[in-house]
Amino acid sequence: MDNKFTPVFDTPITTLTKESEEKLKLLRADVIAIRKIGRMERFLGTENYRIVKMLISTPTSIAGLILLAFFMLLALLAPVIMPPSPGVNAYMMPRDGFSPIPKPPGTIWTKTPIPMPFWYTALTGKTELTHVMGTTSEQYDILYGVVWGTRTALKTGITIEICVLLIGIIVGTVSAYYGGLIDNIIMRITDIFMTLPFILAALILAAVLMPRLGGRSVIPVVIALITFGWMGYARLLRGDILSVRERDYVMAARVIGMNDSRIMFKHIIPNAIFPTVVQASMDVGSYVLNFAGLSFLGIGAEIGYSDWGQMLSFARDWITNLADYWYIVIYPGMILVLFVLAWNLVGDSVRDIMDPRMRNKGV
Amino acid sequence: MITYIIRRLLLVPVLLFGVTLIIFLMLQFLTPSDRAALYIRDIPKNPNAIEGAIRRYGLDKPLPVQYWNWLVGIEDPNHPGVILGGILRGNLGFSRVLAQPVKDVIAERFPATAELALWAYLPIIGIGVWLGIQAAINHNKFFDQLARVFSIIGYSFPVFVFGLLVLMLFYAKLRWFMPGRVSDWVTAEIIGGTFPIHTKLITVDALLNGRFDVFLDSLRHLFLPVLTLSYISWAQFLRITRASMLESLGQDYMTTAKAKGVSRREQINKHALPNALIPVATIAGFTVVGLLGGVVITETIFTYPGIGNAAARAAAQLDVIAVLGLALFNGTILIMANLVVDILYAVIDPRIRLS
Repeated sequence: MDNKFTPVFDTPITTLTKESEEKLKLLRADVIAIRKIGRMERFLGTENYRIVKMLISTPTSIAGLILLAFFMLLALLAPVIMPPSPGVNAYMMPRDGFSPIPKPPGTIWTKTPIPMPFWYTALTGKTELTHVMGTTSEQYDILYGVVWGTRTALKTGITIEICVLLIGIIVGTVSAYYGGLIDNIIMRITDIFMTLPFILAALILAAVLMPRLGGRSVIPVVIALITFGWMGYARLLRGDILSVRERDYVMAARVIGMNDSRIMFKHIIPNAIFPTVVQASMDVGSYVLNFAGLSFLGIGAEIGYSDWGQMLSFARDWITNLADYWYIVIYPGMILVLFVLAWNLVGDSVRDIMDPRMRNKGV
Repeated sequence: MITYIIRRLLLVPVLLFGVTLIIFLMLQFLTPSDRAALYIRDIPKNPNAIEGAIRRYGLDKPLPVQYWNWLVGIEDPNHPGVILGGILRGNLGFSRVLAQPVKDVIAERFPATAELALWAYLPIIGIGVWLGIQAAINHNKFFDQLARVFSIIGYSFPVFVFGLLVLMLFYAKLRWFMPGRVSDWVTAEIIGGTFPIHTKLITVDALLNGRFDVFLDSLRHLFLPVLTLSYISWAQFLRITRASMLESLGQDYMTTAKAKGVSRREQINKHALPNALIPVATIAGFTVVGLLGGVVITETIFTYPGIGNAAARAAAQLDVIAVLGLALFNGTILIMANLVVDILYAVIDPRIRLS
């Protein structure tokens, strides 16, 4: 809204009693100074600004944001917290031997130890490197996997998010822009993708791609999750575009003779895209969850890659003894739960804030 | 109403065609000799024989021809009259890992999956909906806050982490409940013939045979997967029921009912609840379908011998043909069940029926 807008009352009124001047003052105060609109709000738009503002003032989303910051930091500092041995792929968990029996936390690290992390002696008081969280079966260090797994999770989650978002935006825009038969066909294709059983379809695509892309790795799984993950965003954006199209300012643009594609890209899409982008960015947690799920089933990165789902899948061999080997489930499991929880805490608040039915309920 | 149902029915072939097409296209990433498993049990090893098989089953033909063959099957050149393959005939190919035709895998394992679905369904929906209603009635009070925390933790818990944790507690530590479907002594009785099988649902058979020891044993195996499935779904049902109940509690007809002097209990049960349950009914429908299609991760953790477990085992060893057959089966029941849910939805919700 433009502050320079001049209300009718500003036309000079020459004869004023004291009383009417008072009244006029009140009226002016009412019309002009409702509230100040800051630079940020002008940049984002009133509605989007409200969403951002609520996000940083709701307790649950604050908790989520703090957790997220922690994970970002963990991923960023992984080479400092758990320095990899020089000359090896840092994402591969170092293994201390080949025994299938997990070792408890505090066991001395004998074979192929990593360089001593800076915090180690200060925090544990030991001078000899140990497995702080124990080892999985096959002797992979759990702490190393947990720390570097954060990188894997963020990397895969964000890659998937960007790709599904792009596909969703393209499909949703094309569908809403052309309408009619094309819209109908695209929406039926979307229906078909939604009908496929998600996990099975992703399993199949990842499994057929693996031999083609050089065996087990992160890439086939990421491609599979992207292929079957874009439909929701396409639908959401299409719906939002269709509703924004009916707004008055679109009509105004049409009246002044702007052409269709200019209206679409200058006025409609920028105003409709925000909810889809926010929704997608909060879904990173569920992508990581799906990725870990496929890894757990045995379709994932190469054996030994720092990946929480794979670490948990090692526990499947020890189900009868889990009470003794609790650390092979608790540590990777809890970090995964916290990670997903962080995204859900923020995502849940976003959904509440954006839900029009909840708008005036002070959520 | 009739037009709606007809329009909805017309969508079914489109969906079926689309699903088969996507699955067929994914199949093209396999080598032709791998695809021979769609038609025959043993894929030949020697290069010349592979060449022969590829030509015999038309695996080098143009894609539309291959798609058609895959749908209706192909006549065995060595035995005229014998049709090989053809998903429309129910021939879904051969599983390398499970060493049997995929349709046998389904026939063998579907009862186990159905039994799990049967037992999981009531607690999932009953308790989930109850929690949602209570949360909505006590909006913003302690129970509501507790329910929200519970639900957000619930859907942040990956199935496999929750499953491993309950296994750790109830199986490894306490030995109360165990993974699998039945204990070894029950399996021995089934094989030995002292426990006659009527329905293939062990719990039902146990009741029919009057064998409460078998019934109890079966329940002890079902408990953990049912608990896991329930916990994960409660969060979802809680959210949906709570939201839709809150919406219907805020409607004008609720104020009218209050003004007429209807008791609080009747307001909720007679006026708010029936309208609030409409969206819940859809989700309930999808849940049944999801359960019947086999719950891949849950069945895998608890080594429960259902369809999902078979799919996971096959996928882990890249036995694509098997997973594909199971996905087709799953996709088909999904489409059919969605149809039923949509039509029922139109019956209970006048807004859809009349539009």
